[in-house]
Amino acid sequence: MLAILQKLEEKRDQAKLGGGQARIDAQHRKGRLTARERIDVLVDPGSFEELDTYVEHNCIDFGMQDQVIPGDGVVTGSGTINGRLVFVFSQDFTVFGGSLSERHAQKICKIMDMAMKVGAPVIGLNDSGGARIQEGVASLAGYAEVFQRNVMASGVIPQISVIMGPCAGGAVYSPAMTDFIFMVKDSSYMFVTGPDVVKTVTNEVVTQEELGGAVTHTTKSGVADVAFENDIEALLSVREFVDFLPLSNRQDVPERPTGDAWDRNEASLDTLIPDSANKPYDMKELIAKVVDEGDFFEVQPTHAPNIVTCFARIEGRTIGIVANQPMALAGVLDINSSKKAARFVRFCDAFDIPIITFVDVPGFLPGTAQEHNGIIKHGAKLLFAYAEATVPKITVITRKAYGGAYDVMSSKHLRGDLNYAWPTAEIAVMGAKGAVEIIFRKDIGDKDKIAARTAEYEERFANPFVAASKGFIDEVIMPQTTRRRIAQGLRKLRNKQLENPWKKHDNIPL
Amino acid sequence: MFDKILIANRGEIACRVIRTAKRMGIKTVAVYSDADARAKHVQMADEAVRLGPPPAGESYLLADAIIAACKATGAQAVHPGYGFLSERTSFAQALEDAGIAFIGPPVNAIAAMGDKIESKKLAKEAGVNVVPGFLGEIADTDEAVKIAGEIGYPVMMKASAGGGGKGMRLAYSEKDVREGFEATKREGLASFGDDRVFIEKFIESPRHIEIQLIGDKHGNILYLNERECSVQRRHQKVVEEAPSPFVTPAMRKAMGEQAVALARAVGYFSAGTVELIVSGADTTGQGFYFLEMNTRLQVEHPVTEYITGLDLVEQMIRVAYGEKLAFTQDEVQLKGWSIENRVYAEDPYRGFLPSTGRLSRYRPPSGQENVRVDDGVYEGSEISMFYDPMIAKLVTYGETREEAIDRQIAALDNFEIDGIGHNVDFLSALMQHPRFRSGNITTGFIAEEYPEGFKGAPADARLIARLAAVAGMIASVEADRAGLIDGQLAPSSAVATTTAANDWVVTLDGTEHLVSIGVGAVTVDGEVVVVDAPYVPGQRLVEATVDDDPLIIRVERKRTGWRFTTRGASHSLRVLRPAVNDLAHHMIEKVPPDLSRFLLCPMPGLVTAVNVAEGDAVEAGQPLAIVEAMKMENILRAEKSGKVKAVMAKAGESLAVDAVILEFE
Repeated sequence: MLAILQKLEEKRDQAKLGGGQARIDAQHRKGRLTARERIDVLVDPGSFEELDTYVEHNCIDFGMQDQVIPGDGVVTGSGTINGRLVFVFSQDFTVFGGSLSERHAQKICKIMDMAMKVGAPVIGLNDSGGARIQEGVASLAGYAEVFQRNVMASGVIPQISVIMGPCAGGAVYSPAMTDFIFMVKDSSYMFVTGPDVVKTVTNEVVTQEELGGAVTHTTKSGVADVAFENDIEALLSVREFVDFLPLSNRQDVPERPTGDAWDRNEASLDTLIPDSANKPYDMKELIAKVVDEGDFFEVQPTHAPNIVTCFARIEGRTIGIVANQPMALAGVLDINSSKKAARFVRFCDAFDIPIITFVDVPGFLPGTAQEHNGIIKHGAKLLFAYAEATVPKITVITRKAYGGAYDVMSSKHLRGDLNYAWPTAEIAVMGAKGAVEIIFRKDIGDKDKIAARTAEYEERFANPFVAASKGFIDEVIMPQTTRRRIAQGLRKLRNKQLENPWKKHDNIPL
Repeated sequence: MFDKILIANRGEIACRVIRTAKRMGIKTVAVYSDADARAKHVQMADEAVRLGPPPAGESYLLADAIIAACKATGAQAVHPGYGFLSERTSFAQALEDAGIAFIGPPVNAIAAMGDKIESKKLAKEAGVNVVPGFLGEIADTDEAVKIAGEIGYPVMMKASAGGGGKGMRLAYSEKDVREGFEATKREGLASFGDDRVFIEKFIESPRHIEIQLIGDKHGNILYLNERECSVQRRHQKVVEEAPSPFVTPAMRKAMGEQAVALARAVGYFSAGTVELIVSGADTTGQGFYFLEMNTRLQVEHPVTEYITGLDLVEQMIRVAYGEKLAFTQDEVQLKGWSIENRVYAEDPYRGFLPSTGRLSRYRPPSGQENVRVDDGVYEGSEISMFYDPMIAKLVTYGETREEAIDRQIAALDNFEIDGIGHNVDFLSALMQHPRFRSGNITTGFIAEEYPEGFKGAPADARLIARLAAVAGMIASVEADRAGLIDGQLAPSSAVATTTAANDWVVTLDGTEHLVSIGVGAVTVDGEVVVVDAPYVPGQRLVEATVDDDPLIIRVERKRTGWRFTTRGASHSLRVLRPAVNDLAHHMIEKVPPDLSRFLLCPMPGLVTAVNVAEGDAVEAGQPLAIVEAMKMENILRAEKSGKVKAVMAKAGESLAVDAVILEFE
């Protein structure tokens, strides 16, 4: 018995050391933590229970049989974040470069299956050189097993990927199918083919960072959601992020006590909308003043900044916010912002998170760049997402709600539950100038007439009352009461029941 | 008494006049430009009349429109505040012609004193000591150079109609005169509609002390003691106090009586101020010289109100109505000490550049004894580029100078402003500065004490330890609350409340401190600190008591860290569990990109000139571009020599803050 215990101790110690002290030091020199250190930062102290510590690979080719390290390059298990259960896998770059073997994949699949069964999020900390080439197709099979589970888990449990090192080739598709991807600046990258292959095939010279670094993916491509400065910041932020999410689609949104009064008045919101219709203002000020404690977690803050998507809380309960941002491109809807918001809306709907929409949208962005790249289909994604969503939906129109974009932005017609407008709201087919130039085309040469017609159009439509008279706006509210209205609305909608007709699945315009 | 008066001004002074009028039972009419349609003074007044577009020349300076507004609303009198039309004889005359009372001095007195050249001649005649200078009109730069040479450098070039620091330039050499004379003229024209400029000798190490006067229409003129306004930045007053730590009772009497004599010579009534320049080195009590007389209410009048117990606006209204002063010179009080700080929309961390925008958060100290805030804004107001960048005046009172200063420090810690840059930290640093506290101040104080600009008030080890203790307490509160989220795996979140979780490593401005939060006791690096810091997550102002001293901190949550602002400086803090902190040591410090190769636009403004082209070699100090903001021309100079690689901006372009103007090689 004693011998067994001694052996267990030895095995544990060996597993803890991963690929050895030299490799651990190398990892540290790059400003990266080891797989186990990352887990220590991510979960509550002492809460992590490791599984499959002694799993070894089964490869006997290319001398691999002589190199066996317990755990096989990935640490898996479960722990808690602020007391709530999460499942975690953390790839160990010090063991075979974190490469994915058949057994490595099996370990990941095991915790994913368990997470699905019990209903708890899976957080993947990715730091892997890619497939275990020595294993050949067994490694590819491993990837596919993980992919299949990513898809099955999608919409059932939240899946979060944190890219903390390399992630290339087929390996990118597992994170790609999870709900959120976080990256660490200067130390992580994701691409299907690396700079060397790019050079050979297309003659393009590009660095890893430019091709698929954290900044590239969180600004240009929109593949990743948030870029963090370093491992510590990324992992602590994931803790905060998880606090917003329900554990699964079977559980309600989490509730956390707050000292912030539900009926807090914000007098300064009455002056948020500038006098001039062309002057921008910061939609994030509205968000900060409406939500609990001014605290919100933005998803994709640097990609398509003309729309803001974030999680926040009202009365301690999670909400998702979608808001046009007049500070960027006048808050217009374009391909990127439509895709960004559509995905966010669908996540919220899948996990029963109420959606609050703040609308100030001048329309869709015109131009060949948009049309030729398919704004029709991409814009339709957002429309589709809002229309199919059955969660509580509260909409507040702060200023412009023009044209088709009005319809898209969680309008009454898309089953909006409570649609409010500020007195500054303008709900119309388009801005007065454009409208008059079409309706009164024959008067276009006559400046005075056009000015008079424009004034007339503004008088008629540059307000919320026409829409309100048709019942498309439920109530015109004072901006300063916005938080109270939303809080009250959410209380009333807590037991909302709405179901879409049975179908195998819908056919969203992808 | 008047039934209704109109206030021909905006901002804090309009609000301040309305307050007194209300107390006296007089109805008020506000006027406003389009930029001020939602301003505080408009909301406070009983009625409001629109004047025109935002530029002052198209709104607040339109005498006719204001008189029309009086007629339309039935206002019987006009209070002009300060600035704008307050010292325009034409306006006072037009009011008189229209049969509307002017709550200010007689037209001839404004005329005599409003012209700085004329007023000096008068002062000289009245036997008041004046500073040497050239009192005639100066035609052009060459003549200005010649005159400056005769008077002897350094000299001051002043717009004849100027005031409030605008249209003034100091010249130490012929080069400065050549560079600045035309600009002074332009500023005079732009701000006051008058491009005459005069030149006088500049007295070095001077103190700025002024006498407040009040007179009635029955020949009574009294002095209400002095104010000292020596703490100035670029001739703009920043701190004012009453009385002056330099003035003796005998000197006060001499200054006061001379000022009264001058006022009497022009038949003065209403409130007025005689500004004197005082040599700080001269201890005879005779070293004061007439500078100018301001024929209006001064910005800094509240400090006089505190020490005399008078309401100057009330006195002005009563005088304008024809009442006699109800007190004599002997009855004028001088009790205690009062300090005023001007809270400006200027960022001291960026060379005091003006900042404009929306006050997304604005919470001045309130409900505190002997603290007075005069402001014209509220949370959500816009600080526009069209007007003065002053946000508020913070005035405190104490039995002693020290008490008034300490009250300022506490009140400034309570002052919450977000959305724009402001000088609250700088003001607090001034209040803590040993030289200011000693009273040994001159008009050069700020330039001498902050030659490299402002980097935040120094924080001593004790303050740092206290901040670390508060940070640890806040982190514990946040951690405890985080553990209260529902959906717990265990019956209660046992992990979050273990004692280990109450040890924190607080990294404050780059230095680590171990903070242990025990039951009833906090230790910082092993030393016990007695802290009481009530905190609710989301709270922005923490009112702590540390070792029996009050400590008010503005706290701002950042990702994985905090920003604490108190006692005139901001500190960045990272608060981590010790185990996590150990791991954080592996993180690589990232060096921010080098921006020194770029000339960035320091403030939102209009580029009026770009003086260099691509490929030009430039010397350190050479003007590169001129950006106009807040009616001031700001010459951007090369910090070091180099070669211009590319020019990104051109004249006439409006730039945002930090926009690239040009790039060096």
